[in-house]
Amino acid sequence: MKLYEYEAKKIASENNIPVPRGILASTPEEARRAAEELGGRVVLKAQVLVGRRGLAGGIRKASTPDEAYMIAGELLGSSIRGERVEKLLVEELVCFERELYLSLTVDRSGRSYVYLVSPLGGVEIEELVRKHPEKLLKISADPFNGYIPYMSRLAAKFLELPRREWGLLNSIMESMYRIMINYDAELVEFNPLAYKCGGGLMALDAKITIDDNSLYRHPEYLKLYGRELSVLEAKAKQLGFSYVELDGDIGVICNGAGLTMATMDLILYYGGRPANFLDIGGGAGRDRVREAVKLVLENPRVKVLLLNIFGGITRCDEVARGVVDALESSKRRIPVIVRMLGTNEEEGRRILEEKGFKVFSEADEAVREAVRVSRGEV
Amino acid sequence: MVLVDRNTEVLVQGITGREGSFHTKLMLEYGTRIVAGVTPGKGGLEVRGVPVYDTVYEALRDHPGIAASIVFVPARFAYDAVLEAIDNGLKIIVVITEGIPLHDELRMIRYAKSRGVTIIGPNTPGIMVPGETKIGIMPAHVFKPGRIGLVSRSGTLTYEIARELGKRGYGVSTVIGLGGDPVTGLNFIEAYRLFMDDPRTDLIVLIGEIGGDAEERFAMYYSKLDVKKPVIAYIAGKTAPPGKRMGHAGAIISMGMGDYASKRKALIDAGIPVADTPSQVPVIVGEILSRRSKH
Repeated sequence: MKLYEYEAKKIASENNIPVPRGILASTPEEARRAAEELGGRVVLKAQVLVGRRGLAGGIRKASTPDEAYMIAGELLGSSIRGERVEKLLVEELVCFERELYLSLTVDRSGRSYVYLVSPLGGVEIEELVRKHPEKLLKISADPFNGYIPYMSRLAAKFLELPRREWGLLNSIMESMYRIMINYDAELVEFNPLAYKCGGGLMALDAKITIDDNSLYRHPEYLKLYGRELSVLEAKAKQLGFSYVELDGDIGVICNGAGLTMATMDLILYYGGRPANFLDIGGGAGRDRVREAVKLVLENPRVKVLLLNIFGGITRCDEVARGVVDALESSKRRIPVIVRMLGTNEEEGRRILEEKGFKVFSEADEAVREAVRVSRGEV
Repeated sequence: MVLVDRNTEVLVQGITGREGSFHTKLMLEYGTRIVAGVTPGKGGLEVRGVPVYDTVYEALRDHPGIAASIVFVPARFAYDAVLEAIDNGLKIIVVITEGIPLHDELRMIRYAKSRGVTIIGPNTPGIMVPGETKIGIMPAHVFKPGRIGLVSRSGTLTYEIARELGKRGYGVSTVIGLGGDPVTGLNFIEAYRLFMDDPRTDLIVLIGEIGGDAEERFAMYYSKLDVKKPVIAYIAGKTAPPGKRMGHAGAIISMGMGDYASKRKALIDAGIPVADTPSQVPVIVGEILSRRSKH
């Protein structure tokens, strides 16, 4: 779960990481007052979870409180890459000489934590890795030993920071590790970390992502969980499915993430476009399947529904009953194509064929059929 | 076979739960030698004829031959259960549990490595030697005994590909589910080394997916080997959008790593053919095997 910038900065500041003075505003009037309090010249930052908001006009400077009022009026309620702006973070303008990059995340293949350090802050880290791999320093931190001060000396040398800043960098990196552990974070990122005019370091932006699997240990965030999702995605989360909306027209329901992705890929391979990713998980019963089918049918773009089920723990007869329940209670009539295999396959097939469905055994055939139907060729 | 065989004695942690007891039954039916189970507070019970203990210590006292454990314990207690198994000296631990907090996984896997313990998973379908033993939850009937090593990051997709192989008469020597989480006890390189040393494996099918760089790292490793067994790959997630979590915690494209194109290119550059669809896998297997037999 991603935290908003203002939430991440609050955590950073509580852990003695310098951040700009800032005030949260949800109306233009609040933005004006915030600007007055901060001395007039401010930056207004849209609080959204999508990336690259700066390029999308979500970060604007104001020279006076009146200008802050005007800009806030434009930003609040607008949409940045599909996400509505509800709050602005109004911050003092900070003079800086250089923009650095500093983050702490998990190194999957190294099975440890890793600090990523770069003198090229402000740019996208993805681009950085691709174009200038030599400008990125990785410092591995073992889960048993945690942060060790020498790591900051390595980072300081790489960033060419003067000696007087070493102590501050040490304290920032130590705090990042503490945040990582205390908040069960997957990512703690400062981009940019500014080297200020006249010295000192300050996190001008902050990103913290909390591991969804550990949210039960953080009840204060658990209740906010799911806020970055679309309406249907949030509903799926409540029902316990993994659901991601895409822009095609073939509704997809499968069991298992790998099989679901493979099914979407097959659709593309045969010239169709998936409308969603929906993994009902292992061992889904009749009720769960019914809700999954209803959910996909709520998406008006879906022209045909494709189920691809490989029963292991999941039982085909339960799936079949769930599909029948959903379609009998739904007003929408769209073609449904089922491919079903594995545990209790015969019973599942019988239930569906009695209701007039065609049931496939081969994934390729079922997907080809779904693509033909979506193109209106059947 | 790899890591386990028909003689491996197995402990089930979380044996009294819904999944634990159900799969204990299926594993017993397959012939797996399950000799004991553990659920704290349920010691003294029996599940499908298997005695249940409160602690791993007591299970080992009565059944000193136990060599492997399979863990069905719920996510928030899994760290506790896995560490109990490691501290009692078990060397192979299969963690079926899904949804374990990332920091717990990191610590348990690092600890296991330091003690010479192999963790399979978490979030894995398990490990199986068709015809001998199944320490996992996979539907046994799709895996025919044979000479292909299967290693995978996902469950049902492995079943799909095993079935496609079986349709063309190709069986499996051992199947290892690495697990769908970002951090797992085994990776492709480590699994490949196990297959390399296994005289019953001729060829390896690698089933990957987007996210992370495990496939790219394997490709790099493989390209530098002098002596190698043939590897064929399938990668899921070509159509997945960046930044979205596709079910598996591992299946997210981020930090400029792990998209489909980069994995495919790395594998092909290393001389590993990549199938476009699951049903192409046995076709490529057939081409490679016939080429080899002609030499």
